[in-house]
Amino acid sequence: MATQAAKKPARKTRGFIKIREEECKGCGCCIEDCPQKVLEFSPNLNRMGYHPCVYKGDGCIACGICFYACPEPGAITVYQLEEGD
Amino acid sequence: MKVKFQKTKGFYDVYERKPGVNKDIIHYCPGCGHGNAHKFIAETIADLGIQDRTVFVSPVGCSVFAYYYFDMGNVQAAHGRAPAVATGIKRTHPDSVVIVYQGDGDLAAIGTAEIVHAANRGENMTVIFINNAIYGMTGGQMAPTTLVGQRTTTTPYGRKPENEGFPVRVAELIDAIQAPIYIERVSLHDSKHVTKARRAVRKAITYQLEGKGFSLVEILSACPTGWGLLPVEARKWIHEAMEPNFPLGLKRDEGPNIEARELQPCNHVFEGVHGLIDLPAPEERGAATMQATMEHVEEAWRNPAIKVAGFGGQGVLLLGLGLANTGMQVGHHVSWLPSYGPEMRGGTANCGVHISTDLIGSPVVADTDILVAFNRPSLEKFEAAVRPGGVVFCDTSLVDVKPTRDDIVVVGVPATKLADELGNTKAANMVMFGAIIGRTKLFTVDEVCASLDGFIKKKKLIPVNEQAVKRGAEYVLEMS
Repeated sequence: MATQAAKKPARKTRGFIKIREEECKGCGCCIEDCPQKVLEFSPNLNRMGYHPCVYKGDGCIACGICFYACPEPGAITVYQLEEGD
Repeated sequence: MKVKFQKTKGFYDVYERKPGVNKDIIHYCPGCGHGNAHKFIAETIADLGIQDRTVFVSPVGCSVFAYYYFDMGNVQAAHGRAPAVATGIKRTHPDSVVIVYQGDGDLAAIGTAEIVHAANRGENMTVIFINNAIYGMTGGQMAPTTLVGQRTTTTPYGRKPENEGFPVRVAELIDAIQAPIYIERVSLHDSKHVTKARRAVRKAITYQLEGKGFSLVEILSACPTGWGLLPVEARKWIHEAMEPNFPLGLKRDEGPNIEARELQPCNHVFEGVHGLIDLPAPEERGAATMQATMEHVEEAWRNPAIKVAGFGGQGVLLLGLGLANTGMQVGHHVSWLPSYGPEMRGGTANCGVHISTDLIGSPVVADTDILVAFNRPSLEKFEAAVRPGGVVFCDTSLVDVKPTRDDIVVVGVPATKLADELGNTKAANMVMFGAIIGRTKLFTVDEVCASLDGFIKKKKLIPVNEQAVKRGAEYVLEMS
């Protein structure tokens, strides 16, 4: 992760995502596809026994790639920051 | 801040139809492509504002339960028959938007005929074909799309083309047909291709909305459970193993070049049809109205439900047809429902007939008013279904037992013997016809004789049949 970040300077944070951890099945598709690499598996287990995906807290560009990579209809919601946020 | 991507309104908020406790998540395995495909469809339908007129036809397979999730019309079709069901929906409701969703076992194995012909007719529908090279729901057996060498539970040493053939390339197969307007194969292996897949689904549905015709989107999708891979590995396997066998890309897109197609209406012109099928004109046969009454018939025999049963070859079905035909000529509502084995002769045959002054709801005969039994097995089988006070006509020349019940009327007619005396054993059914009308007064002998040429094909046999009807009617009069 560190090497990748060094190659490709992180773009400015333009959004954030919320993940409903109880709906995540831990497939990892969003983590794989995220261009900013700002998602990771949680060390905790959810009610289904999966390690859900969580947002690292910084660096999201609100591109929506994770939203479409995710097979769950409602696990991920993507928010875009607006001026003044 | 504003919400940029969220759960679409095309899905229910809570999946109330889904059994169990987890009503907020779909039932698919982690990493399954069905979820993504569902998302694209639901999102498109919601964005286009066509939720109220969309009918989603789900197949047999893991996605059989798609109706748990989609907030739109849902129909679940028998295995492989989704395009046929969708054809019916689309033809009867041309304003509906019909999404056919099928897996590879459903579309490419048991449903091959349905998809090929729906495509060939150019039905204005959208087919989303999920290809994961395996039977997922049943536990990972070989599908028609399974790759050469791929291990499944039914090809544990890998699929061998010598034994199991090569994978079926559905997009190319449909591309060989002239009518479809849009065919594309997409994949779900990375974000770039997911975006393409989403666009393809959207395009296919838009074309249907514009009335352009048949489109098929084949989506290469992961089945991590069936393949025995982790979800992320499974996505790589789509790219590395499946894509060389199933080349991605647009196969055909006629959408921008063609005009919306309209089905030609079927104008039913009844004038002149009777001439084509050798029938007298409606006014001549008195069938123009269905206003005949049964006031002359004893109340117990009005609107009878009749069951005729016997061996194939005894004229069982023809007797039923004769009853229905005469009823029709007289001006009643009628139905005739035959049931017979594959043999032309020697098997068992039966038919149910309704003759009614009211509309007939169902052609099935459950509570029998009149049972006609031409042999012993038929009597034994159908006797129990006769209503109390009903009548059983037995061909006593062939049935050597008496009905066991005492709350029914039994009329024994040696029909075969009487017909034999008239010179044609095969006219036994018409002797029985005469006996039925002689007893119940449903029709007069003249009415039956007048309708004979409506259901007897060999015109030279009409005189002997007339004689037989008369003989049967006489016989029951002599008896009483």
